[in-house]
Amino acid sequence: MDFINPQVVDLSRLQFALTALYHFMFVPLTLGLTFMLAAMETVYVVTGRKIYRDMAQFWGKLFGINFAIGVATGLTMEFEFGTNWSMYSHFFGDMFGTPLAIEGLMAFFMESTFVGLMFFGWDRLSKPGHLAITYLVALGSNLSALWILIANAGMNVPEGAHFDADTMRMQFDSFVHVVFSQDAQAKFVHTSVAGYVAASMFVMGISAFYLLRGQHRELAARSFRMAALFGIISSVAVITLGDVLGRMDYEKQPTKIAAIEGLWHTTKPPYEPWILAALPDDEKQVNHFEINIPYVLTPLITHSFNQPVIGMYELEEQAGPRIRSGIIALTALRRYGETHDKADLNLFNAHQDDMGFGFLATRHAPNQDVTNIPADQLDAVVKQTQPDILPNVFVTFWSFRFMVFLGGYFFAIFAVAALLSLKNRLEANPWLLKATMWSIPLPILATEFGWITAEAGRQPWTVFNKLPTFLSASGHSTGYMVFSLAGFALLYSVFIAAELYLMFRFARLGPEEHGTHHDETDALLSHFHGSHA
Amino acid sequence: METYALLKLIWTGILGVLFIGLGTMVGMDMGVGTLLRFVGRNDGERRTALNIIGPHWDGNQVWFILGGGAIFAAFPTLYGTSFSVFYVVMILLLFSMILRPVAFEYRSKADSRHWRASWDVTFLISGFVPMFVYGAAFGNILEGVGYHFTWTGQYVQDESFLSYLINPFAILCGLMSVALSVQQGGAMLMLRSENPIYGRARAYGSLGGFVAAALFVIGGFWIAHVPGFVLTSLSDPAMPANPLHGQTAAIRPGAWLGNYYAHPVLWLLPVLGTVCMVGEALLLRANRPALGWWLGVGAWAGTITTVGAAMFPFLMPSTTAPDQSITVWNGTGSLYGLSCMLVVAVIFVPIILSYTSWCYHVMRGRVRVQDVMNDSHSY
Ligand code: HDD
Ligand code: HEM
Ligand code: HEM
Repeated sequence: MDFINPQVVDLSRLQFALTALYHFMFVPLTLGLTFMLAAMETVYVVTGRKIYRDMAQFWGKLFGINFAIGVATGLTMEFEFGTNWSMYSHFFGDMFGTPLAIEGLMAFFMESTFVGLMFFGWDRLSKPGHLAITYLVALGSNLSALWILIANAGMNVPEGAHFDADTMRMQFDSFVHVVFSQDAQAKFVHTSVAGYVAASMFVMGISAFYLLRGQHRELAARSFRMAALFGIISSVAVITLGDVLGRMDYEKQPTKIAAIEGLWHTTKPPYEPWILAALPDDEKQVNHFEINIPYVLTPLITHSFNQPVIGMYELEEQAGPRIRSGIIALTALRRYGETHDKADLNLFNAHQDDMGFGFLATRHAPNQDVTNIPADQLDAVVKQTQPDILPNVFVTFWSFRFMVFLGGYFFAIFAVAALLSLKNRLEANPWLLKATMWSIPLPILATEFGWITAEAGRQPWTVFNKLPTFLSASGHSTGYMVFSLAGFALLYSVFIAAELYLMFRFARLGPEEHGTHHDETDALLSHFHGSHA
Repeated sequence: METYALLKLIWTGILGVLFIGLGTMVGMDMGVGTLLRFVGRNDGERRTALNIIGPHWDGNQVWFILGGGAIFAAFPTLYGTSFSVFYVVMILLLFSMILRPVAFEYRSKADSRHWRASWDVTFLISGFVPMFVYGAAFGNILEGVGYHFTWTGQYVQDESFLSYLINPFAILCGLMSVALSVQQGGAMLMLRSENPIYGRARAYGSLGGFVAAALFVIGGFWIAHVPGFVLTSLSDPAMPANPLHGQTAAIRPGAWLGNYYAHPVLWLLPVLGTVCMVGEALLLRANRPALGWWLGVGAWAGTITTVGAAMFPFLMPSTTAPDQSITVWNGTGSLYGLSCMLVVAVIFVPIILSYTSWCYHVMRGRVRVQDVMNDSHSY
């Protein structure tokens, strides 16, 4: 086996993580804002009140500024699997590529084709016609989330595909399994409603800014109320589905849930406490200090009072035999590839469930070759490999906590905001308006923490229990990686600077209102917003 | 023929259609981007040119995304290998591509002259570079790429990226692809603009066509002399798709013309390409941009199928391990995967084509400078 350059693997991971996290700064707003635009426009078409059209157009402009970077950064993602994860693409592409291609056919084409009409077609389409287009854009963006999450769920819970010894890769065998995987569905709902939370906070926060300054009051108050109601429903949904996801991790990804909960040892139900805060130490495999809530863990995770949650120490022990078995599997597989002898295939098949664990041992095998480990070194290799099955506990533990704490905060703030807005008591409570304004970035932050939980918790695998991350990367030189990372860093910084500049500018300029009255005639405004109505 | 072998062929055909769609639709927008600073001499004219493709560029770009997605799904090993082999070039392509959406959306949203001028340069880069890389990649692939696989299927690169960048044949192919895009962009601008943009687009567009035709012919003579690849044995077209076993291949001078000598009818493909390029150039001169645009589709079809017919069944030949070259027979997804994707494609492609044409229909008509300047929704 050729040498794996750990530096290149780390740089590839860094690049993927940064570009994905960056893409996902823009995606949540798209997912949610498109539906809010559709809702505003619906009210306009049904009631004929112009103010709702102004709302749709104003928030639509901010949406456009956000959308552009979402598209740009999405392009990177689509090609990054091939450029940086060539072994992964070869190994899992037969299954993984399918949802990605369907995403293009079903979602991106729809979203991207109609988004042009949504921006440019106001005067060329009938009212219901334009409304239909707006709905199609919303549907398209959410379908794109559906398909990408189906793909991502396949990496976490690889069902619907099996390893094939003749092609040396996972082969797709069940569309139904992949598409209707519970994991994928739950991930999809959790992620899209997280996007609705983000969009609600965005609309609420900017409306609060106008209310505080006494500008655009009618538009702002209506937008605020709509967003608060949308937000309270979404934040309840996000928490509910988050609970479902945790339960699924418990069933399908024991290492992830153990890391999320900072659980070094198997629980003894029903007394086990939920750890609110701790300092997990990956080296020593202990938590340095803990703040606990007694009795909560077992029912929270297992939805029962008597099932244990396996701790990381025990998971590591259990991995030993699987690593041995995996090494046998790979040795047989390699011989089968050279001789096509049925006996080797049978041996491989008997051990193939553990193949991934054999791959995991590559790093510690002499010459990085698991198929030629001298008998006297086998025990040492297995021992060294065992701790590798665990993700980084500190990162997983804390990113999960941040997400959950923020989730609780969102629920609270939306509840208060909805209440006060329905009672028309917003302006009497400027503290709330200020709080919502400053909370605009928080849902985005929460989604980023969510992704770090999900993806860091999946480590050391790209395809869970099948293919380790360090084997998935392309064999580039470090120089290539430095080049691309530097370029992305530069470009993405320019993007965010341009985006923030325009966002603040257009948010300050505010909407042009035909529905009520013009309360601002800014020279710039009239330059960019000609007359049409 | 066995179903699996047939599906492999069908997907190769679909791949060709995607490349043609990509060349035509994305190429058109890229051509407009390349031409932006030349057809538009002031801000109003440039905005007009941008707004001609404004409602459509994002939809068109999905051809590019789908190109990636479809290769991933139907040719997973090719996807992983080709994108990695061309890493530095692909990253340059990405850098230039990702500037474009931002340039469209942001250029006209602020007043500063520097702001707008910078985005105009961006359009030039993000129009020229991707089309150049697109063509150059075909050139590199025709010459063969240095890579091999380990027993697990991990690919290993055997050459430096410099040989892909500094390579005369690839540069010729890259320039030809840019010329085709300029021609198609010119045709689109003519369809939707008035003078003076119209007149300039006409001049550049027809020039693009003539240049493309000339480069295409030169490339044809050139390719007759570079070493090509032949499949010397194939265990079974329906074999499991694995580049490690089942075929042997050899490198021979002039081998890329082998398929043409075996099936002379294939010569019609390069003829179709050349005729369409020259024809479109003449039609643009004759002020018939609509018909010219459609010949542009023929020009791309002729080019892509010419290359495809020369290389078949190779998709990406390896110079250092010819037996491991990725071909139609060993580079595809599984039988199940290909069947699934075929069903999905058969359902969705007609739907996509119909709503795309509908959108062009809704936005039909000429774009005037004063309309653009007065419309708050325009770019
Ligand atoms: C506004 C954002 C937001 C909020 C408030 C929450 N989440 Fe979340 N969460 C996400 C945004 C998110 C996300 C970014 O959308 C993730 C990343 C991957 C995914 O599927 O969704 C995610 C992932 C994610 C995962 C990992 C899933 C996996 O294994 O792939 C779990 C277990 C939870 N969440 C659980 C929760 C719980 C119990 C919450 C209770 C408050 C919660 N999330 C609030
Ligand atoms: C857009 C939202 C996403 C974000 C923010 C995100 C975040 C991350 C992060 C932080 C890592 C690094 C984990 C680590 O190395 O410890 C990572 C790795 C990775 N993720 Fe995601 N991810 C996202 C979506 C996806 C999706 C949808 C897929 C697949 C369809 C995916 C595939 C991968 C792959 C292949 C890696 C590289 C291997 C690895 O380091 O795990 N990611 N991602
Ligand atoms: C890591 C894997 C991912 C890939 C390969 C990917 C790919 C892409 C691509 C190519 C685009 C541009 C589409 C266009 O031109 O309109 C895009 C945009 C988009 N992506 Fe991603 N994406 C990834 C992660 C995600 C995730 C996890 C989600 C949602 C849950 C998502 C949702 C979207 C949406 C809604 C858009 C529309 C544009 C925008 O959001 O501003 N993507 N993505």
